[in-house]
Amino acid sequence: MKTAYNITFAILLSLTCFNTIAAINIYQFDDPEKKERFYNLIDELRCTVCQNQTIAASNAGLAKDLRNKTYKMVQAGKTDDEIKLFMVERFTDFVLYKPPVNNSTLLLWIGPAILMLIAFVFLIINIRNRTRTTTDTINEQEHERVQALLNQGKDNNND
Amino acid sequence: MKVSALIPLFAFLVLVALLGYGLTRDPKKIPSPLIGKAAPQFELPAVLNPEQKVSSNHFLGKVTIFNVWASWCSACRDEHPILVEFAKQHKTPIYGLNYKDKRSEAIRWLQAFGNPYVASAYDVSGNTGIDWGVYGVPETFITDKKGIIRFKQIGPVTEQIVTSKIIPLIQKLENE
Repeated sequence: MKTAYNITFAILLSLTCFNTIAAINIYQFDDPEKKERFYNLIDELRCTVCQNQTIAASNAGLAKDLRNKTYKMVQAGKTDDEIKLFMVERFTDFVLYKPPVNNSTLLLWIGPAILMLIAFVFLIINIRNRTRTTTDTINEQEHERVQALLNQGKDNNND
Repeated sequence: MKVSALIPLFAFLVLVALLGYGLTRDPKKIPSPLIGKAAPQFELPAVLNPEQKVSSNHFLGKVTIFNVWASWCSACRDEHPILVEFAKQHKTPIYGLNYKDKRSEAIRWLQAFGNPYVASAYDVSGNTGIDWGVYGVPETFITDKKGIIRFKQIGPVTEQIVTSKIIPLIQKLENE
């Protein structure tokens, strides 16, 4: 029973994949450069309805419309920047999977580096403290005593 | 206890506060880049009468509500009685954008649930919707007398939004 369920599920799943590819393959290009730009673009634009998908991956109505729009603009000879600007003007920077660096996204871009730096500083402080405590615990007198004890051990072993 | 021992706890509390703030925000709501900008131009046939044209130029000279709706959109059904009631009580014109719908079904919907719109533009391709940055029907815009977009509501308009946001804004815009 469970296997039957799994197989049905797998078939249904593969059908959805096929549909997405089929939906995208309807676009015809005379120029391979345009074709490449089109596929790069739809892979970089976010579907605003289904927010964790690109417009290439999504089957939502709006994603389809935006793919068509992108296709038309690419065919009409618009540059990548012009097409992205068209989308941003309507749906904000949010449509770009690679957001531009500006005031509101600065933290997003440099945040990880800052966190890394902080972690690094902590690590260095920690390591320094650790080495200092080990060197501090032993003075010359103690060192001599350790040496004496070790020598004693050697003598015992020789017995 | 050393103060430095409290740093992880402090960092944890900051993280909790940030994540807690994140929970109060709806990631589905993207602020419209169109607020403060001129209404995108369009001219489309009306839903009820294809001979009649509905154009963004009709919004000029008065404060206008522009509501994006479709018969396939279930949340539109929830907000519809509120728009019908609003149209009865206020003079502010409501224009509709019938988004990616079938004309016959749109007409049936208006007949069944009432028609609060001065006119609804029939955007079967969804191109005008794209120009207005529509991604989650229903959406509602308010434009001022100069045709500048001043407000956008994503998702259904509720009675609370009408009284707390829409009516005060319309009064303010009327006096501008």
